[in-house]
Amino acid sequence: MPSEATESQEGQGRPEDIKAVPVRHPGRWITAAIVLLITVAIINSVATNPRFEWSIVGQYLFDPRILHGVRITIELTVVAMIVGIVGGVLLAVMRLSPNPLVSGASWVYIWFFRGTPLLVQILFWNYISALYPKINLGIPFGPAFIHADANSLLKPFLVSVLALGLNEAAYMAEIVRAGIISVDEGQSEAAASLGMSRLLTMRRVVLPQAMRVIVPPTGNETISMLKNSSLVSVIAYTELLYSAQLIYSVNYKTIQLLLVASFWYLVMTSVLYVGQYFIERRFGRGFSRAEQAGMRERWLGFGRGSAGGAP
Amino acid sequence: MSEPMVKAEGVHKRFGRLEVLNGISLEVKAGEVMCLLGPSGSGKSTFLRCINHLEKINSGRLSVDGELVGYRETGGKLHELRDSEVCGKRAQIGMVFQHFNLFPHMTALDNVVEAPVKVLKLRRAEARERARELLAQVGLAEKADSYPAQLSGGQQQRVAIARALAMRPKLMLFDEPTSALDPELVGDVLDVMRQLASQGMTMIVVTHEMGFARGVADTVVFMDAGVVVESGKPDDVISNPQHERTRTFLSKVL
Repeated sequence: MPSEATESQEGQGRPEDIKAVPVRHPGRWITAAIVLLITVAIINSVATNPRFEWSIVGQYLFDPRILHGVRITIELTVVAMIVGIVGGVLLAVMRLSPNPLVSGASWVYIWFFRGTPLLVQILFWNYISALYPKINLGIPFGPAFIHADANSLLKPFLVSVLALGLNEAAYMAEIVRAGIISVDEGQSEAAASLGMSRLLTMRRVVLPQAMRVIVPPTGNETISMLKNSSLVSVIAYTELLYSAQLIYSVNYKTIQLLLVASFWYLVMTSVLYVGQYFIERRFGRGFSRAEQAGMRERWLGFGRGSAGGAP
Repeated sequence: MSEPMVKAEGVHKRFGRLEVLNGISLEVKAGEVMCLLGPSGSGKSTFLRCINHLEKINSGRLSVDGELVGYRETGGKLHELRDSEVCGKRAQIGMVFQHFNLFPHMTALDNVVEAPVKVLKLRRAEARERARELLAQVGLAEKADSYPAQLSGGQQQRVAIARALAMRPKLMLFDEPTSALDPELVGDVLDVMRQLASQGMTMIVVTHEMGFARGVADTVVFMDAGVVVESGKPDDVISNPQHERTRTFLSKVL
């Protein structure tokens, strides 16, 4: 039908948008109503049950002992993650070394630290001074340069950082290794053909691209670390959970103080979520033609008929 | 000028049991363009990769600009070069890959600037200025701030050529530079290579573009199963091949 083709070409430039009656989704509205009903029921029960004693929760929310615990938890998380990331990169590079002794050592480390529970490792580091009352640093079987008394050196903070950080390094090593081997071999070849050394290639070409694969699980690891740091309460270190425990061991308001601790853990993990979103966007540069759709667009998309709209 | 830029004498390369190069001998003079033709698996790409030591040869002698690739010869003995020496040699040889291998996390300009700054220790301002000139030379001045993912294949390959040229190489290796491109984008890349050849760059090109080989190459080498079947002037080899193997190959690609 040639006449139709010429007709549309002669129109006012742009053809009119399709206007159609949208498909109804009664199922979506019913499930939404059910979810809403359950939510209201839960909120109602939590708010009206007097045993929650919300006023006490509010009273301890900004207690200086709790805030001190929050600070210690943040410090512990940051320092242990730094130990974990640095150790993880080191172990990952060792794992990929052509020297079998070096890659073997890395494998044994990862095997040991992933194969035993973190709680056991924390207790173990706490009692290390029973094994090594004196710590000497120097040439093996030769003279030592630094002498220290283990009990005075290994304060709870150091024990906690050691236990959490060394354990984390084993997990980070696998994440970093996965990131490194995800980078196309052609990248290293191109860098080599330009005369770049192996170290320079790793630093400027491979690791920045591996970051795209490394960052999301590292964010998860940081969130896990924040929560796992509560395990060091067993060695009586006053991070957030132990600070709460100290208070409820005196006033017996156990549930209320656990709620206070949970509130602060949620606040901190929420901050990490937001941080992770921005870091991921930073390292995703150059990998998509258009900017990725942000969270806002995803939420605005709800209720529009197209795929992925319904959660 | 007497010393050839690339000289191969009985070069062998094995991958495990597989003989990929079975005694390659050839010479490329300075300023010359050589095209390597042949079916896939004939060892063309492997030979190219041996020249800048991305692959180690198993026997024979291979030298670039009068110096052995990967070894130093003193007192009749071969000594392996240290990593830093190998890097120094590679910096003088440009290579262009079939799949471009641009650094995706850097803009086109940064791709070109990276090695001159980090390897040649050029000042960044100077390197950027030169990079802009090179991007202009390959017709991509206005794409300097684009990331590779935002460029077409042909544009990416031209950035890759600019990146290799930024090192001021004395020899350029092209490993099937147009094989991964849409047919209509091939021309732009070949134009850049043609222009480069006319400026006197020594080039070894693995390609299936017969038109380019015929028009630009000084020498055409036909390889099959790891050996040089025949070589000579493009008109002789392409229009009047002497060997049956060359004839059957050419009848399929022409």
